[in-house]
Amino acid sequence: MNTVTRAQLSETIYAQVGLSRNESADLLEAVLDRMSAALEAGESVKISGFGTFSVRQKGRRVGRNPKTGEEVPILPRRVLVFRPSHVLKAHVNGMVPDDAGDGGDEE
Amino acid sequence: MTKSELIAELSSANPHLTSRDVDLIVATIFDEITTALSRGERVELRGFGAFTVKRRQARTGRNPRTGEAVPVDAKAVPFFKAGKELRERVNKGRPSKERPGA
Repeated sequence: MNTVTRAQLSETIYAQVGLSRNESADLLEAVLDRMSAALEAGESVKISGFGTFSVRQKGRRVGRNPKTGEEVPILPRRVLVFRPSHVLKAHVNGMVPDDAGDGGDEE
Repeated sequence: MTKSELIAELSSANPHLTSRDVDLIVATIFDEITTALSRGERVELRGFGAFTVKRRQARTGRNPRTGEAVPVDAKAVPFFKAGKELRERVNKGRPSKERPGA
């Protein structure tokens, strides 16, 4: 299965926007950096028509090492969750969404 | 942060670009990821994370209100797994010891 990487994404920016290849790569990195910084600050990142990245606080719980059966405390932590918009869900199911609405949250 | 806030931040950090350019760049990125996923491909951005499509089998669901069995078709679901670097940034300042081997 083909995997799309930074190289293909910046090539697409280069082709679509007409920036230099270097600058296309830099802008892609800048987009990812800004999103990461917001998430690091505990903020959600909501991209309409695509989905919402948010940070969820997990409490302390007792886990278990599946190999030894030993109990291990899992400390409180923050994890990232992504909720795809209905537009993105429709696309991966081969449907063109009838309404390109706000995306992000639904249901 | 919303898409328009992201565009505004990037525009002010890149005064040589018009906000229309920045808008197009941001749209191109998410459109390209969407297109790749809809072809069933994965998108891997090291340090940030990977977008993949998970296949769900058809199953018999239940209407929670009436308890009635309802067939649910097989479907594809977009999935994002945060990369190591982003996962650590999000969880920054928190002790990461004492975890069981992942």
